[in-house]
Amino acid sequence: MQNHFPLWKNLMILIVFVIGIIYASPNLFGNDPSVQLASSATIKLKQKQADVIKAELDKAGLNIKEFEFNNNKVLVRFNNIDDQLKASDLLKAKMGNDVTVALNLAPATPTWLRALNASPMYLGLDLRGGVHFLLEVDMDAAIKQAEERYNLDVKAGLRSHKIRYKSISKNNGIIKITLKNSVDSIATQDFLNSDLSGLTVKESSEAENTLLVSLSRQEKLEIKKFALDQNMTTLRNRVNEIGVAEPVIQQQGDNRIVIQLPGVQDTTKAKAILGKTATLEYRLVDVEHDVQKAVQGLPVIGSRLYYEVDGNPILLKRRVIVTGAEIVDAAYTMDQNNAPAVSITLNGIGAKKMGKMTQKNVGKPMAVVFIEYKSKTRTVNGKKEKYKEKVEKVISVATIRDSFSKRFQTTGLDNAEEARTLSLLLRAGALAAPVDIIEERTVGPSLGQDNIDKGFNSVIVGLILVLVFMLIYYRLFGLVANIALAFNLVVIVAVLSMIQATLTLPGIAGIVLTVGMAVDANVLIFERIKEELKNNNTPQSSIFVGYEKAFATIFDANITTLLVALVLFGFGTGAIKGFAITLSIGILSSMFTSILGTRMLINWFYGNRRVKKLSI
Amino acid sequence: MFKQDLDFLGKRKFAMILSTILLIVSIASLAINGLKLGIDFTGGTLVEIGYKQAADLGILRETLEKSGFDDATVQNFGTTKDVLIRLKPKKGISNAELSTQILESINKNGTEIADVRRVEFVGPQVGDELAEDGGLALLYSMFGILLYVAWRFEYKFALGSVAALLHDVVITLGFFSLLQLEFDLTVLAAILAVIGYSLNDTIVVYDRIRENFRNLRQDSAKEIMNISLNQTLSRTLMTSVTTALVLMALAVLGGEIIHNFAIALLVGVGIGTYSSIFIASPVVLSLGISKEDLMVPVAEGADIDDMP
Repeated sequence: MQNHFPLWKNLMILIVFVIGIIYASPNLFGNDPSVQLASSATIKLKQKQADVIKAELDKAGLNIKEFEFNNNKVLVRFNNIDDQLKASDLLKAKMGNDVTVALNLAPATPTWLRALNASPMYLGLDLRGGVHFLLEVDMDAAIKQAEERYNLDVKAGLRSHKIRYKSISKNNGIIKITLKNSVDSIATQDFLNSDLSGLTVKESSEAENTLLVSLSRQEKLEIKKFALDQNMTTLRNRVNEIGVAEPVIQQQGDNRIVIQLPGVQDTTKAKAILGKTATLEYRLVDVEHDVQKAVQGLPVIGSRLYYEVDGNPILLKRRVIVTGAEIVDAAYTMDQNNAPAVSITLNGIGAKKMGKMTQKNVGKPMAVVFIEYKSKTRTVNGKKEKYKEKVEKVISVATIRDSFSKRFQTTGLDNAEEARTLSLLLRAGALAAPVDIIEERTVGPSLGQDNIDKGFNSVIVGLILVLVFMLIYYRLFGLVANIALAFNLVVIVAVLSMIQATLTLPGIAGIVLTVGMAVDANVLIFERIKEELKNNNTPQSSIFVGYEKAFATIFDANITTLLVALVLFGFGTGAIKGFAITLSIGILSSMFTSILGTRMLINWFYGNRRVKKLSI
Repeated sequence: MFKQDLDFLGKRKFAMILSTILLIVSIASLAINGLKLGIDFTGGTLVEIGYKQAADLGILRETLEKSGFDDATVQNFGTTKDVLIRLKPKKGISNAELSTQILESINKNGTEIADVRRVEFVGPQVGDELAEDGGLALLYSMFGILLYVAWRFEYKFALGSVAALLHDVVITLGFFSLLQLEFDLTVLAAILAVIGYSLNDTIVVYDRIRENFRNLRQDSAKEIMNISLNQTLSRTLMTSVTTALVLMALAVLGGEIIHNFAIALLVGVGIGTYSSIFIASPVVLSLGISKEDLMVPVAEGADIDDMP
């Protein structure tokens, strides 16, 4: 029978329709203002703490809409933003350092829909507001640091193997060692190859008994990989410290990191915390040598010249007692004079080193060096060049009164804010290599809502225009196409919700464009049917032939558009990807709705009966 | 509704002249004026702020100048309450701190606190990459299309479609260059979408030409093509109208950020419609298409049998 769908086909289309409606529906419910609590990386939130949180909120008389404890996270929903903000302030004050409190807009999806895993579309930062950062890890600095380390290791190795050298120098990452004779040269090569496997050792072709030592290619790759991984971990910790619900931290390429912080407003603080490479070093003060000599430029063996905050020169031992890497916890406190201080806890190795050193040096002064990298630009041969300036300042010098190891305080910071930031940075760990923000996109909440409204309006108005136009031009067939078009929108929204693809403003534009282009398939079919009617075919066979002939055309035309959408997806960044995704989904779903969907409806209207005239 | 016997290919000389003029104007404008590239490609800083009342741009400019941002451009964006401040990548400080400094100086000196709507900072290296990636995306999509059309149809059709696409892209770019509309990432995406759209149109026409070459008894390629163009004409125009309708909605209601995107697509859809009729097919004709080129029995039947 012509123009009749088997039952399974009708059922399939209807099932897709029902599933589409179910999974698109979470988008209708909006958001609950809520507060999300999570613990820091090491400690997990327990049921007991969750109960405490609940009790605190109840005591404050706040109206809780819903209280959830899942995956070691607490999510508290409120009926209004007022309660949410009050709760957030309250919890921040009560919960202390261990728990991060973040404001969140949790989707208000009803429970039965959540049980089906249905959730609303994931809105991009341009719609919900927030910050997007692209950070570049300064790999040159990472390599340089490693070369510095190896340089010391080589010297130490020569000493411990009792090999005496004529000279040793470092230039462009290559350590040049000139030895006295070939025996020494071979011995040096032997220990370098066995002890320091990350180095490549070559004999110089220009001078005798001279070795050129550099980092091997493999080692350089390892260093870069480590720097990136370490930085990702540190940044993740820092983001947790800021308190952001649903942050995104991703690697991009070999040396870049994308950070997305939905809902963050204070970008200045976020930037300061993410980009900072501040750390501390504890060193003994060199009291044996004269500082003034060093100021005049004379080298002092084993020590280096530093300056205190007030500009006084001071000599510090080259050997570091402990560095920021050995700090496991840091908290902001006040010292006995009510000055800002950071209380510090070291890890086992650090504590041992500190204990030994302080025991031996009671009564001697120890200095705390605050190290920070600042990004600057200089002009070299007319070209702009970025470089990192290492700023080191001695923030405190104090006499060791008693030996201490694991816990102690550091004072001498400028103000409370600096102490707070420093404690946060020390807690989150140091960056293995400095990072630069090379891209920032911040969208304020008012603009985000504006974008949603404008996007939504354009979809609706565009849709209405097309619906009216189709109805006037194709009458009953136009109505059928319109139903399919509405169905198409539902399917697009449902698919976007299901795969949780990010919806951006260009993504909405993609939907709008799809609305315009989706009817194309129907136009193709209907024009074919009209042609067949003109050729004096019967209405029934005109419908049949029209659909049949148009199919190949629709297929070819849509595949090529899909091809372009794929290219867009492959090359695009964030927003453009969103456009490519909605366009692709739109093309595929429009093929389903405008071919199968309309055919089902047309079959219901015209199939299995005698028809004299089509309303087309 | 439409007359069905228009001699499109007979008019191809006029079309060629018109297209040549448009192309020359576009290329000349691109060469002389260039494109007004947005910060996505040039790098730089952009801050959009909103006030409760209409903003006084003069005071804002003065404030920024006093704070040392003398190269800042200040303009209204969409409404008189919204202000867009742009800074080129600056010597010395080309870091992300810039936007913070701008906001500080505005809020310190202004009577009213500005609401930050948007901050964008793009480092010069990112801008260069985006521009490069964009160019590559255009190239790759063209190449992919060339291959696909050559495979599904015939290489003459592939050349015809790519010629039409290049025509559309150059003229749309020319339009942006001539009016000095800002060319940012979304506009690039629009250009790629134009390629998709124009190609869609062209393929529909080609499909009919192929079908007619196989089924009609006429020998003259020109006549067969004319018939095909006439048969697909109402579809071509209908789809262009519906697409143009939604794009107008987007251009009017979609807001400033998406405005140029919609404009690029509107221009592109117009040009694309024209080119699929007056460029794509005449090129194939000029390349000397004949019945034999398409007479190869392709296993097209398989597709059609699977029809719903």
